[in-house]
Amino acid sequence: MTVSVVQFGGSNCDRDAVQALAEIGVDAELVWHEDGLPEDTSGVVFPGGFSYGDYLRAGAMAARSPIVDEVRDAAEDGTPVLGVCNGAQIGSESGLTPGAFTTNRSARFQCEHVHLRVENADTPWTAAYEEGEVVELPIAHGEGRFEVTDERLDELERADRVLFRYCDAEGEVTEDANPNGSKHNVAGVLGERDSVAVLMPHPERAALPDIGPTDGQGVLEGFAE
Amino acid sequence: MSLSDQDHDLVTAELGREPTPAEAALFENLWSEHCAYRSSRPLLSAFESEGEDVVVGPGDDAAVVALPDGDTYITLGIESHNHPSYVDPFDGAATGVGGIVRDTLSMGAYPIALADSLYFGDFDREHSRYLFEGVVEGISHYGNCIGVPTVTGSVAFHDDYEGNPLVNVSCIGLIDDPDRLVTAEAQEPGSKLVLVGNATGRDGLGGASFASEDLAEDAETEDRPAVQVGDPYTEKLLIEANEALIDEGLIESARDLGAAGLGGATSELVAKGSLGAHIELERVHQREPNMNALEILLAESQERMAYEVKPDNVDRVAEIADRYDLGCSVIGEVTEGNYVCEFDGETVVDAPAEFLGDGAPFNDLDSVEPSQPERDLPETDLADAFEAVVGSPNTASKRWVYRQYDHEVQVRTATPPGDDAAILAIREARAERSSADGSSSAEQSSADHSSGQSPREDGESRETGTGLAYSAGADPNWTDTAPYDGARAVALENATNVAAKGATPLTAVNCLNGGNPEKPDVYGGFKGIVDGLADMCAELDVPVVGGNVSLYNDSNAGPIPPTPTLALVGTKDGYDAPPAALSGEGELLVVNDRALASDTAPGLGGSEYLAQHGGSDGFPTLPDDRAAFVETLADVADHEATRAVHDASHGGLAVTLAEMVSESAGADVAIEGDASEAELLFHEQPGRVVIETADADAVAAAFEGVAPVERVGAADDSGTLSLSVGDTALDYDASEISDLRSVIERELE
Repeated sequence: MTVSVVQFGGSNCDRDAVQALAEIGVDAELVWHEDGLPEDTSGVVFPGGFSYGDYLRAGAMAARSPIVDEVRDAAEDGTPVLGVCNGAQIGSESGLTPGAFTTNRSARFQCEHVHLRVENADTPWTAAYEEGEVVELPIAHGEGRFEVTDERLDELERADRVLFRYCDAEGEVTEDANPNGSKHNVAGVLGERDSVAVLMPHPERAALPDIGPTDGQGVLEGFAE
Repeated sequence: MSLSDQDHDLVTAELGREPTPAEAALFENLWSEHCAYRSSRPLLSAFESEGEDVVVGPGDDAAVVALPDGDTYITLGIESHNHPSYVDPFDGAATGVGGIVRDTLSMGAYPIALADSLYFGDFDREHSRYLFEGVVEGISHYGNCIGVPTVTGSVAFHDDYEGNPLVNVSCIGLIDDPDRLVTAEAQEPGSKLVLVGNATGRDGLGGASFASEDLAEDAETEDRPAVQVGDPYTEKLLIEANEALIDEGLIESARDLGAAGLGGATSELVAKGSLGAHIELERVHQREPNMNALEILLAESQERMAYEVKPDNVDRVAEIADRYDLGCSVIGEVTEGNYVCEFDGETVVDAPAEFLGDGAPFNDLDSVEPSQPERDLPETDLADAFEAVVGSPNTASKRWVYRQYDHEVQVRTATPPGDDAAILAIREARAERSSADGSSSAEQSSADHSSGQSPREDGESRETGTGLAYSAGADPNWTDTAPYDGARAVALENATNVAAKGATPLTAVNCLNGGNPEKPDVYGGFKGIVDGLADMCAELDVPVVGGNVSLYNDSNAGPIPPTPTLALVGTKDGYDAPPAALSGEGELLVVNDRALASDTAPGLGGSEYLAQHGGSDGFPTLPDDRAAFVETLADVADHEATRAVHDASHGGLAVTLAEMVSESAGADVAIEGDASEAELLFHEQPGRVVIETADADAVAAAFEGVAPVERVGAADDSGTLSLSVGDTALDYDASEISDLRSVIERELE
C-alpha cells in the first residue's frame, strides 16, 4: 500500500511530500507522470511546484496529461487524492475539485505562514482537528486566489465542502487575514467525494518536527490506514 | 570591443598564423576580464583556500567542502550578474540564479539553497526602484520555479550604484555520497562530449566581453542582445536529469555553459585535463536556422550542460535527456591534440586548449592607496536620528523581498530569512557529537538526497543531523569609507552572524565587485577589499574556496563602491538556534562593544547614521581576539539559558535593539560610555552581539579574557523599547518600530 506522489516536469514539492508522509508512517513513492499510476496505489498526491513552468495557466497543462485520467478513475473508486498548491491548481483545472485558483490580489508571489480555521472536521483530511480549530501552515504561491461563482460557492458552503478558511490567530475570518484575496477566504475545498481535496497551503512543510511546528500532519493523516 | 593588438600579436605568434574569425572571437571572450581575471588574478593569491575540510578548492565550477561527518559534502559557489541586471533586471537576475545553480550541478550536487546580495542606487530614485523590483521579481520567478529555496542574502542602497547595480548570487549544493562528486576536469581521450539542455539560439552573444566593459549610457537599448533570457522550467528538468545521470554514474566530467557559451565550457573542460577536443559545431541542436560557427560557439543560451561521457554510456544519457524532454547532441570527443572545432567540414578553431584558457597575460595596474576620511560629525537630535536610521531602507525589514522568494521548499529551512543567518537541516550528515564511534554516517542512506531522515525505529533523538548556517552580504558604506578595514569588517560580521546562531564558520566564497581597474584609485580600493577580506578570513580560519570577480562596474555616474560580498557557511550539531527576537524574560548583555567597554571613541565612519545625516569619520577600530570571540559566541549561543542572540552591525545598537522588540517582548536598556550619545547608539563596529540570557554570569564567564560583556538592562513583556543613552531617554513601542522598519513594503505596495 503506497501513496503515489505524481511528478510532472516542474513539480518541486514532490520529495517534500514523500518525506512528510514518511514522518507520519505513510509509505509513499515518486511516480513520474509518463510512467502511469501503479496498480496498487493507495492514494495520490499532486504536489506543489510549477508543472510545465505554469505555461498557459498554473496547472492547466498537467491537468490534461494522461495520468490525470487515471487519477480521476482511481478517485471515483474512492482512492484518496490530495492536491497541494500547484497540485490544487491541477485539481481545479482538471475538474476534480470546484473553482479556480488565480493571481494573488498582490500580484506577487507570497511565501509566509498563515492561520487557517478548520471549517469541516468530518473529512479524512481534517479528522485530526476540531471544527473551528486554528492551525498554522505555510503558503508559497503567486496564484492562490480562490475564485468561483457566487451560486457555486453558496452550494459548496451549504454542502460543507469548504475545508479551511484563512483567518487571524484568534480564528476570525477577516479580510486582513486573507493573504491572496480568496473568495470568502477559502483556502481548501473538497471534490465531489470527501476523499478528494485540494488546498493552497503546504501541509507537508509543517510536518517535520526537527525544523518547526507540525500542524500540517493532520491533513496528511488522510492517507493513513 | 575586439581583441586588442597585443593579444592579437600573442595569438598570432602562438598559432603561427592569423586567427580565424571564430578564433578571434573565442580569444576575445575567454581572455576578457570576466573570464580570465586579468586585472584581479595577481591579487587573488592573498586568499587562503586550503583547509582540512576542503575537497575541491578554487578553479572548478563550484568548491566542494566536507561537513564534519566527513562523508557528506557541500558545494559552494557565487556569481555576479551585474551588467545584465542593469540592462534587463528581470532576465538579468533570473539567469544569474540559473548560472550558479548549473555550477552546482557540474559537481554532481543537488542545489539546496540560494542567497542573493543586491545593491542599488538611492532607494528614493525611481530608477533604483524599477531595478530593485525587477531584480527581486526575476530571482523570485526563477528560484521559486526550480524549487531551490532562497534563504538569506542582503540588500543595500547607495548612491554610487545608480548607474550600475550589483546582483550577486550564491548557491549551496549537497553531495550526500563522495562517489557522486564530479569535476570539470576532462578524464580520458576518446570520451564523447555531449551537450544536454536547451537548444542553442543567438541569445547572449558576447556576454563575457560585455561584462568586461564600463556600462555605456545607452546600455539599456544597445546591449539588450547580450542579455540572455532564462527558462526555469528547463532548468528544473536539467536539475532532475543531472541527478539521474549522476545516480547512474554516467558522467566522467561536467561543465555548465555560461560565459563564452559552448566554446568556453568545452575548452575549459579539456584544458583542465590537459587534453584537447574535436567538435563538429553543426551537431549542436539549434533553435534558429542558419546559425554560423561563431554564433554556435559563443551564444550564451541558458540551461545547457556539457558532459564528458564514455562512448558506451552515450545512448543511456540520451534516453535520460529524452525522459526529461531535454535536447541532447553528441558534439564531438575528447582528444590528446588541440581544441579543434569544425563547421560543415571546415576547421574554424584549432588552438591549444590550455592557451585558450590560461594564455591571457595579466595586467599590471597602478594603484593608489585610499585615504581615511577626516572626522567631521553632524549635529543631530538623538530621537530624529533614531527614526532616520531605523527607518532607512538599508537597515529596514527586507520582508518585502524574501516574502517573494520561496524560502521553505525542500523542507530544510529551520531558521528562515529575517534572522542573522539561515539554518538548514542537513539530515544526511550525522552531527559530530552524536556519533560515539565515528562511524554512524555509514548507516545513512546515500541513494537519494532527500531520504536522509534518520529512521524512527533506531530510538535516537530526531535531531541527529548537521545544521548549516548561511550568511551573505557586504556593507558598501563600510568599504566606501575604508576598503581594507571595511572588508575585514564584512568578513567578521558574516562570521558573527553564523556564530550568533550557534554555528562555527566552515568556509566562504567571495564576489569581488569593483569599478574600472584602469583608474588607480579604483584599483587601490579594490586591492583594499581583497586584502581585507583575505586577512580576516585567514585570521578566523575560514578557507575562501572560490569566488567571482566583477570589474568595470563603472558608468557615467562613476565607479561603484568596492563591494566584497562574502557568502559564509557554518555548521552546528542539530538545527535549533536562538532567535534574534527577544523572549521577554532574560537579562540583556552587549558583548564586545569597544565604546561601552572602554573610553575608546569607536568612530562613526561607514555608519548609516552618517549616510543619513552627512559628515565623515574614520571607520571603527575592530575589537581584539576576533577568532576567540567567534568561537566563544558559537558556544554561548547554544547555552540552555540563552534566549536570544542578535548580531550588532548595520545601524548600530539602535537598529539591533529595535529589531529584537516585538508586540510581546520589550526591553529596558541603558547605554553608557565616554563617547558621544550618537556614537554609542549608532557606531557600527562589527564583531558585537546583543544576548538575552537567563544566566548572565555564565555568559560573562565564557567571554572572560576574550571579549568585554556589559550588562545593559533586561527584556520584559512591555512590547516597548525604553532606551536611555547618556542623558537622553527614548521610548518606542513595537508598532512604532514596525512602522519605521516597514519602509520598503510601504513604498512599494
